[in-house]
Amino acid sequence: MPHFPKPAAGSWTEHYSELGTAPVDYNDSIDPAHYEAEREAIFKRTWLNVGRVESVPKVGSYFTKELAVADTSLIIVRGKDKQIRAFHNVCRHRGNKLVWNDYPGEEVKGTCRQFTCKYHAWRYDLAGELTFIQQEEEFFDVDKADYGLKSVRCEIWEGFIFVNLDPDAAPLAEYLGEMAKGLEGYPFHEMTEVYSYRAEVGSNWKLFIDAFAEFYHAPVLHQKQAVKDEADKLLGYGYEALHYKLDGPHSMISSWGGMSPPKDPKMVKPIERVLRSGLFGPWDRPDIDGLDDLPPSLNPARHKAWGSDSFVFFPNFMLLIWAPGWYLTYHYWPTAVDRHIFEASLYFVPPKNARERLGHELAGVTFKEYALQDANTLEATQTMLKGRAVTEFPLNDQEILLRHLHKIARDHVKENSDAAAR
Amino acid sequence: MPLPAEFADLEPYAGWALATEPERYAKRLESSMEEMQAFYDAAFPRLEDAIAYIDRHPWDDLPEDARTLMHLMQGLIMVSFPVEVWKQPRVPDSGAAYLDLIVEPVV
Repeated sequence: MPHFPKPAAGSWTEHYSELGTAPVDYNDSIDPAHYEAEREAIFKRTWLNVGRVESVPKVGSYFTKELAVADTSLIIVRGKDKQIRAFHNVCRHRGNKLVWNDYPGEEVKGTCRQFTCKYHAWRYDLAGELTFIQQEEEFFDVDKADYGLKSVRCEIWEGFIFVNLDPDAAPLAEYLGEMAKGLEGYPFHEMTEVYSYRAEVGSNWKLFIDAFAEFYHAPVLHQKQAVKDEADKLLGYGYEALHYKLDGPHSMISSWGGMSPPKDPKMVKPIERVLRSGLFGPWDRPDIDGLDDLPPSLNPARHKAWGSDSFVFFPNFMLLIWAPGWYLTYHYWPTAVDRHIFEASLYFVPPKNARERLGHELAGVTFKEYALQDANTLEATQTMLKGRAVTEFPLNDQEILLRHLHKIARDHVKENSDAAAR
Repeated sequence: MPLPAEFADLEPYAGWALATEPERYAKRLESSMEEMQAFYDAAFPRLEDAIAYIDRHPWDDLPEDARTLMHLMQGLIMVSFPVEVWKQPRVPDSGAAYLDLIVEPVV
């Protein structure tokens, strides 16, 4: 008997009938040829979030983003006109990587007036125009106007910077669709205190999205994290979402509030009781506007017990918004069929005192404890999938976002290969 | 920098007053449960007092001793999972997985 209502079709999965209910083939996570096809069909054609506008606050602020999946590195920079632009990180003279420090493969950030190539000192301004050629007279009919940095589509949504390597892609707002539109106005810009984490994980990129796009695992994998009675109770209930929504290639899961604050303080650990914070973040909302009248995409079931919503923006960007007024982002950057770089960032309203700051600290520390357990299951999953002893897996109704993600990824690959065949 | 005089009882654990998460996490992994339990038992009862002490100062302009005390309480948070839950320094079932903190608002 469900604790929360399901659609009239009887299940969330059947409500979105195009998904089917058959077991899912996970060959898409182990086949090198499929991965190569995903690089072309997905990562070189869809909008990819590479960060927040706050990370390039001033004229000349920049960072680089390594996109191994698309065989490139990008420079994201704020120009004199305050515009944020993206360029391929390559000097037009002879292909040297333009912006890097000691190690060419490592991402860097900083502030500068112009970009100067380490190799032959060609210089580019913040808008990507070539402004200086060393020994220009030695070249043959080279017009600087023809040799600016190669630009990449770059658009902003609610302070999130997206890039797209496809010059013909539809605009970002159109790609993100109605569900994203329904998040507009959320006070992301107030939440500028950031904690970021990074790991290289030995699994296909989709497997880690799988791990964070369902909470069916939570009462089991993480049972040692709650106090004993509470863990037993959670295991008995299992997990049910308040709501699911699919919107084109994107999706979301809405969850109940759990421990923020807990119904009974005895349910949580001693330090959580003192600091009034934990995995679900601080129990008390920050003092900012915009948290009372939430935009329509948040808490779509309008449930009193709402705790958080997780949005999967295809292909590799997750946005988790928590009822007490903070948010989390996840990114999954493939480096091979069985490897990816995982990034997570927690965003809070800057603290006004030690009590608030320590609450954030506890939320960050707790996040890492959970994420380590999540990450560690993935390498083993990848290895067992690779063995192909079992190839199809029966996803349940609480795993609808996984079924959707794998279908959308396969659909992109198929559409791209069909178009190439025409 | 020493702790504020009224927290002199925590001076034996001043080695936990580390400014960054990577330092605190490394110290956790190289410490024994006995060491972390002793630190926790001494520091946890002083957590409320420590917050009250630090919050008597402007948050954006903390004196050095209050900053040291803040770092010590961040250390207390770092040992809280091993002491309150895991009974071991490492996260159980985390195997070879790692997750490096690369950006934090250092106090």
